[in-house]
Amino acid sequence: MRIPYSYSFRNLWTRRLTTVLTASGMALVVFVFAATLMLAEGLQKTLVATGSYDNVVVIRKSANSEVQSSVERSQASIVESRPEVAVGEAGQPLLDKELVVLINLTKRGTSKPANVVIRGVGPGGLPLRPQVRLIEGRMPRPGSAEVIAGKSIAERFQGGGIGETLRFGMRDWTVVGIFSAGTTGFNSEIWGDVDQLMQAFRRPVYSSMLFRLRDSSEFEALKEQIESDPRLTLEAKRETRYYYDQSEAMAKFLRILGLSLTVIFSLGAVIGAMITMYAAVANRTTEIGTMRAVGFGKRSILTAFILESLLLGLTGGVLGLFFASFMQAITISTMNWQTFSELAFSFTLTFEIVWKSLLFSLVMGLVGGVLPAVRAARMSIVDALRAT
Amino acid sequence: MFFIKLIIRNAFRHRLRTFLTIAGVAVAILAFGMLRTLVGLWYLGVERSSATRLVTRNAISLIFPLPISYKDRIRQVPGVKSVSYGNWFGGIYIDEKHFFANYAIEPKNYLDLYPEFILPPEQKEAFIHDRKGCIVGKKLADKYGWKIGSLISLRGTIVPGQWEFVLRGIYRGADRGTEERVMMFQWDYLNETMKKTMPRRADQVGYYMIGVTNPNLAAEVAQEVDRTFKNSLAETLTETERAFQMGFVSMTEAIMIAIQIVSYIVIVIIMVVAANTMAMTARERIPEYATLKTMGFGGMHIGVIVFGESVFITLIGGVLGVLFTFPAAQWIETELSQFFPFFSVSPATIYLDLITACGIGVVAAIFPTWRGATIRIADGLRRIG
Repeated sequence: MRIPYSYSFRNLWTRRLTTVLTASGMALVVFVFAATLMLAEGLQKTLVATGSYDNVVVIRKSANSEVQSSVERSQASIVESRPEVAVGEAGQPLLDKELVVLINLTKRGTSKPANVVIRGVGPGGLPLRPQVRLIEGRMPRPGSAEVIAGKSIAERFQGGGIGETLRFGMRDWTVVGIFSAGTTGFNSEIWGDVDQLMQAFRRPVYSSMLFRLRDSSEFEALKEQIESDPRLTLEAKRETRYYYDQSEAMAKFLRILGLSLTVIFSLGAVIGAMITMYAAVANRTTEIGTMRAVGFGKRSILTAFILESLLLGLTGGVLGLFFASFMQAITISTMNWQTFSELAFSFTLTFEIVWKSLLFSLVMGLVGGVLPAVRAARMSIVDALRAT
Repeated sequence: MFFIKLIIRNAFRHRLRTFLTIAGVAVAILAFGMLRTLVGLWYLGVERSSATRLVTRNAISLIFPLPISYKDRIRQVPGVKSVSYGNWFGGIYIDEKHFFANYAIEPKNYLDLYPEFILPPEQKEAFIHDRKGCIVGKKLADKYGWKIGSLISLRGTIVPGQWEFVLRGIYRGADRGTEERVMMFQWDYLNETMKKTMPRRADQVGYYMIGVTNPNLAAEVAQEVDRTFKNSLAETLTETERAFQMGFVSMTEAIMIAIQIVSYIVIVIIMVVAANTMAMTARERIPEYATLKTMGFGGMHIGVIVFGESVFITLIGGVLGVLFTFPAAQWIETELSQFFPFFSVSPATIYLDLITACGIGVVAAIFPTWRGATIRIADGLRRIG
């Protein structure tokens, strides 16, 4: 004979205040757990989505990012003439030679500076990145001091909005358009004409090259050839890989931080659950004795109390996830250490995080409930009935 | 006296529950203290940097250099005592995981500007006279087992190539907070090599460090330096070293704010746990409170008893948490020295810990106290269980 499931459920309902307090403690822990995972996920997703698998980034050997890299014009021409580079409709190579530098801009409403990526692109820049679309204004005219700004920049930085001007390299640059790049890192960049920017920053070399592969499977061979060519001091990476590498350290930091915080916090919540369940057992000593006398087995009592505790944990988990899901509306903007530049990204909730959080809350409930449940199951019938 | 005895007796009536609550509070206070220390460390770079040293860099952003010819023009600015300069080198030792800061600097004035780097005079002489020489902090030398005369090889990321240095000196920090994980080598070595391999980038420095004659003049000197180079090809931005560091720190501020919020969440979690304990305790003792009232104790007395018990329990937890903070900080300092060379808990954190522990106790007791103090005698006595 089993104790009906509704017994566990109704017990929680009877002592609502305690249930709510314990569950909200757990909910907070699950909230922190889910939020940090969401943050790391959001960061990685933003950066990885920035790249396309068929695109290849070429940077100088041992440079960690485009900003550190330099590609001489002569080297760029050698890469440009490789047969693996895909050819567009008009017969032009699907390749872009770019300049990437950082400039200091001030955030709106503060005097705090941040490093912003400014990217000089050629005519090939846009077709290679289909996720980038102009949402307002127009494209810069080639040869003019005009730039377009990513959505996050336009919102967050002084002089980033349409019609505003930015001053750098002894010139004023007018923002003539705003572009959106979905959830990618390009939202945190400013784009201008590569030749104009090279002139303004007095840099006679490109920073990086980006091109589409004619055939994606040729990548390994191409990489091998570029990196062993004695005329080139370059290395080639798939664009997805390149951006993944850039997010790795930071995502790892967020995950480790989140994990260690959650472990510590869950200790607190588990203790809370334990207190609640011990009290639940203590208050119901006579009741448990009666149930045993009526004929319910030890195992049955054990299951009922563990179930109650699991329910408690699940309630906390659902509550925590519910609040964590609202975090998706928040965008965080911080400096990515690896690129040294500002990057905006949002909390991202994935199915994996949902089930991980729920599992975690169940584990907390289980750990908190096991000892009290064992105590309940081991009570001797006579003593339990005699207790007042 | 009587009340204190009653409170202590009451607190240990449910030994298991009290013990669990104490453990919970201790863990929370420990976590809180560690997080506060972590946030404090983030700003340590700002605190230990001097307000009297000025940093001049390219106004566009840090990645753009300044010409070496600015050195003499900066020195002409009134109020400037000495000028030194350096480049962030960004070299990698073994691989990316073995990260440490390394700069190419002009040795003589630079070391004078940093009196907190204590270097024996003969080592300083040896460093200045060896173009391939370098100096490192004590912690860094210990970590890799470097001795004077060791060869150190770095792979350049900004300036390509393999670079070899001879260790000529190991400096110590003047106090515990001084950064001892930096490597510095001769700017001339970098520049001579650049002249050969990439003349376009030679004779340029990443930043100038300026020492001023009078700290009160720092702001005027900074403005004057920037005015000197206004409308030139490389405009400058000069600020105190402290402001410069602050600029770095504020770029990653979002993360620190998140950690700070989280450190308060842990307190809220434990408040909920403690409040739960106290609510349960008070509920069980309602008939007792009624009895006490029958005997003539007022609502105030009952309030003191409940309050006292709550604060007593959380305070024990708080003290335990504080006691555990020290070994935990020690552990972090030795095991994770790579990330946190210096993880020491400040007295302010300890006070904050204890105040927070009391706060948890007070908040947890509010509701039960109110219930205990306002209970009507007849209702309380009538209640069973």
